[in-house]
Amino acid sequence: MIVARPSRKSRGGGSRRFAALVRKEIYQIIRDPSSILIAFVLPMILLFLFGYGVSLDTTRTRIGLVVEDETPLTRDLAASFEASRYFAVIEGRHRRDFEDDLVLGRVRGLVVIPASFAADLAAGREPTVQVLVDGTDPNTANFVLNYAQGAIANWERQRSNEGLANPPAIAAEQRFWFNAELTSRNFLVPGSIAIVMTLVGTLLTSLVVAREWERGTMEAMMATPVSAAELLAGKLLPYFILGLTSMTLCVLIAVFLFDVPFRGSVVALYVLSAAFLMPALGQGLLISAVTKNQFLASQLALISGFLPAFLLSGFLFEINSMPTVIQWITYVVPARYLIPSLQTVFLAGDIWPMFAQAITVMLLIGSIFFALAARNTRKRIS
Amino acid sequence: MWWARLKALIVKELLAVLRDPKGRTILIGPPIIQLLVFSYAATLEVKNVDLIVLNRDAGHWSQELVQEIGGSPTFRRIGFAMSPGEVRQAIDAQRVLAALEIGPGFSRDIEAGRPAKVQVILDGRRSNASQIVSGYLGRIVATLAARTPAGERAVSDAVRVEARNWFNPNLTYQWFMVPNLVASIALLIGLIVTALSVARERELGTFDQLIVSPLRTHEILLGKLIPPMMIGLFHITIYILAAVFVFGVPLRGSLFLLYGSAVFYLAAVVGIGLFISALSMTQQQAILGAFLFMVPAMLLSGFATPIENMPGWLQPVTFINPLRYFLVIVKGVFLKDLPLAEVARQTAPLLLIALVTLSAAAWLFRRRLE
Repeated sequence: MIVARPSRKSRGGGSRRFAALVRKEIYQIIRDPSSILIAFVLPMILLFLFGYGVSLDTTRTRIGLVVEDETPLTRDLAASFEASRYFAVIEGRHRRDFEDDLVLGRVRGLVVIPASFAADLAAGREPTVQVLVDGTDPNTANFVLNYAQGAIANWERQRSNEGLANPPAIAAEQRFWFNAELTSRNFLVPGSIAIVMTLVGTLLTSLVVAREWERGTMEAMMATPVSAAELLAGKLLPYFILGLTSMTLCVLIAVFLFDVPFRGSVVALYVLSAAFLMPALGQGLLISAVTKNQFLASQLALISGFLPAFLLSGFLFEINSMPTVIQWITYVVPARYLIPSLQTVFLAGDIWPMFAQAITVMLLIGSIFFALAARNTRKRIS
Repeated sequence: MWWARLKALIVKELLAVLRDPKGRTILIGPPIIQLLVFSYAATLEVKNVDLIVLNRDAGHWSQELVQEIGGSPTFRRIGFAMSPGEVRQAIDAQRVLAALEIGPGFSRDIEAGRPAKVQVILDGRRSNASQIVSGYLGRIVATLAARTPAGERAVSDAVRVEARNWFNPNLTYQWFMVPNLVASIALLIGLIVTALSVARERELGTFDQLIVSPLRTHEILLGKLIPPMMIGLFHITIYILAAVFVFGVPLRGSLFLLYGSAVFYLAAVVGIGLFISALSMTQQQAILGAFLFMVPAMLLSGFATPIENMPGWLQPVTFINPLRYFLVIVKGVFLKDLPLAEVARQTAPLLLIALVTLSAAAWLFRRRLE
């Protein structure tokens, strides 16, 4: 299971020794179903979930609509809610009808067109529409309010086109660059590729190396003429290639299955990914060198690698909105630099000044992790 | 007699997890740090937004608009661009999230009572934040519009939207996040502790010793079920305390209902963990198996995004996810004073998941015995 042929010192075979090491790691990857699981099955599942399952696009949110007084005018306004592609409307006569539904989460909000609406509008007394939303999910609550305002604005625009009302004094025209349809998949899928590489680089690597420490094979390897640097490089090179392979797979799926646009260059994609794998692998190595135990390594990889890549990277949550102390923490999360760059490669194109900065920081974090890992490894042998 | 045997097994299991100081630290420290960090970090609120303005208008209405935006707490820095190229660069490099372009005739149009226009450009790479910011900008523009001469005339027939948020009047994000984290972190811990307990014994060979001991299969199963549930309940207790006393989340419903359903939730989680560990031969497989369940479970639970946003064919998959039901209970009990009938309706599937996974795990253990 270990090295195929013992290295011959006489022929000075540094490169042969290295090749043997790499070959041994590759065999180990191919023979171990769990590496395949992390490098290929899990990424597919993740991508699939972000492609289909996780959607920040609130479409067809169920709301209750209460029209207290049925007139042609209120019917017309109600129709504009029913026509909105953001709502699935259930109509009722009284708000009481919906109170239970709101508690049980059957509707996310309630729009009430009061009995006085038509009269107020005719008399110019500021007609009012009430929007009551379920605040237990603040994001959905915000969207329900925004979309309700949108439906009302549509209705007013229609009326002003028909000459029934004054047009708004200032109209704000909105354009969303790079992602005009505002498809959340278009930024979630590129972001999830960073998470996939964190899995391969940090979780898988830390598990594999921790297992070697646990079983004592790491010490056995160190007793051979292989130098520590060779040993580490030989260990990491296959995982580096594995990370790039699974990234490639993800990109292919993103582009061909999920139709995420790819406007940048393949070169930028690989340079960024390679730079990111440095800190990711370095972190995996450091974790295994510190814990030397699979359970602890997996927990630490999860807590310090996977979860921050998810939550502290700007992937789902805006870094600018976080408290200052937490913003500081995000500076050491390598995914924070990769995710905006990847989103840019996919949606905007090559913006090298932005990439150069990201790459520099990622390499810097990577070299710190490697230095720490090397220190911890050496200490163990002496 | 059987109780003494079971107690010995439970004590042994707890010791196996808690004896090792590193293991102890990892079970107590990180979950608390996670709760603190993530409940502050994970916010979909949008604050501290940077904006760039390209103002080609010389009149005072554009000045007023910029001031109005500057006064809003959402925006942090407002820069000024001289050319469209500068706007493009600022957005490309993500120095700003949004740009505002005001045309040369803006103030003139307003003074003349003609409809005026502004252009808002937003970074679609961050479409969620962009959409929220566009909503804010729309409201600021509408406020200014109401002050213009044409607006003052029109205000009487413009529809006013009166918004009210139930259960969470100020839409405090932590009221949403902390109950979610209570359920998710309990899943994380419960699953990992359980998945490892059998796999570790298998790797060390002590599982065979356990099987040949006088303990019956269901006793072994109970012995493996109860300790992680105790650890889980301990965590849930800490989180509930933190939710109420650190984060000030109102606890409107009954604590008794919350704990009652938590027992079933943990039984379901541990059942899944035992099932995974019954399937795996090594620790590594158990860890990865747990992970393979955990990630989809988190994403398809209604935590990150509502289940009704998911495509119709994917929604039934969430039925086997215990987190889905417990999230409704935790959020409901905390914020909505969820009635008993609804809590029971959400707890029933948890019981079912627990029964199915535990029997499956027992079957797998017994099969190994023969």
